[in-house]
Amino acid sequence: MKPASFDYAVPRTVAEAVQALGDTGRAAQVLAGGQSLILEMHLQRVRPQLVVDINRIAELDGMRVDGDELRVGALVRHAAFERAGAVPGPLGTLLSRAVVNIAHPPIRSRGTMAGSYGWAHPASEWCAIGVALDATVEVTGPDGARSIPARNYFLGPYRTARRPQELITAVRLPLLGGNTGVGFVEHRRTHFCFAQVAVAAALTVTDGVISDARIGLVNAADRPLRARAAEQTLIGTGFAPLPEGSRLPDGHPFARAGRAAAQQDAAPVAEPYADVEYKRQAIAVLVGRTLTEAATDLRPRLAPRQGGPR
Amino acid sequence: MKITLTVNGTAHALDVEPRRLLADVLRDDLGLTGTHLGCEHGVCGACSVLIDGEAVRACLVLAVQCDGRSVRTVEGLAGPDGEPHPLQRAFSAEHALQCGFCTPGFLMVAAGALDADPDLADKPEAVEGVVGSNICRCTGYESIRRAIARAAREQRETTA
Repeated sequence: MKPASFDYAVPRTVAEAVQALGDTGRAAQVLAGGQSLILEMHLQRVRPQLVVDINRIAELDGMRVDGDELRVGALVRHAAFERAGAVPGPLGTLLSRAVVNIAHPPIRSRGTMAGSYGWAHPASEWCAIGVALDATVEVTGPDGARSIPARNYFLGPYRTARRPQELITAVRLPLLGGNTGVGFVEHRRTHFCFAQVAVAAALTVTDGVISDARIGLVNAADRPLRARAAEQTLIGTGFAPLPEGSRLPDGHPFARAGRAAAQQDAAPVAEPYADVEYKRQAIAVLVGRTLTEAATDLRPRLAPRQGGPR
Repeated sequence: MKITLTVNGTAHALDVEPRRLLADVLRDDLGLTGTHLGCEHGVCGACSVLIDGEAVRACLVLAVQCDGRSVRTVEGLAGPDGEPHPLQRAFSAEHALQCGFCTPGFLMVAAGALDADPDLADKPEAVEGVVGSNICRCTGYESIRRAIARAAREQRETTA
């Protein structure tokens, strides 16, 4: 099928875009990268009466470090995060490890991070990272700008706290400190599939003890999740050496965290080829692997005085 | 809506409905049927073209979004005298196609990667990323990977 007819607006400023979206007489959609939206318009599962194309709003482009946060403008494409040094510190490492799991290069050259937040697919890599790290979504509407914490932003599949007249202008992510290690592991059936399950992790170690743990679960519920129960099992535990071999022993703290994530945090939705029990098993295994990756990422950077066992 | 589309160096003044996709405008309005439409879901990549030098799915971009932009299609690869592009020669040499339906898309994604990175020959994982972007149901991909690697090596040798 082809997209149904719609009116098309090309604002040049955020104010013009908000004005266009403020026309409540017509169901409007914001077009950024369009790599999800235009597909759904093909299938006519989404039939906007008005498409507001924000691609020519110069003020929405670019990202910058602002204090201890990274501010990602609404037009920054996925591909911008591929280079490991594009974003400083462990946050840059995490984003560059996650981004290669988003579709493939021609999609990543169009799609945007903020667009992923707008679309709010439960299998979105960016959205799970956002809830794990306490990201902030900046929106501007007829009543001005407001900031929505990611934990209050996602309400369900494709449902968010953004009001229809509001435009996402940026996503802000906290830069992670030097004593934080990161990991991202995704499981999917083929290269062309969405994630069946993926996990993002950031482990912070102070004086040889895990002082903070952030775990984000992709496609483990009807929305992106932060695995708080799993995080709690880790905080305060010693930064133990990693076992030999690829399999974690059941008693290892990372394996325990995996079981907590799978049984207490996740609320998996059954999908073809991945029923609920399968997803719980995959989550338990992937959380363990992702924490191992984060520990491996961190270990060489730990100062000797707080290095703990090596 | 009136737009100007520069395709393979030629500017075209067009009047298109906003709902129309770049791929359809290239094929139906401009007669450039080298851009193939396979899945129309952004998955197969047969419709890949370059917009301002970047490979994109022409089925996931509206033509009106490309107003004032420069589009390069498979028809724009060969030289002015009809001399095949190095990628086209490499695809031929490595037998990187059988039915040929996916070939324009693979050529354009590879052309974008070659233009963007003169050192593509040294980055097997980047070549794999290009090969993994599109679907081919004939070759099993290995010959396509070899062809892109060959063109990348050739490009480096001629510029070195």
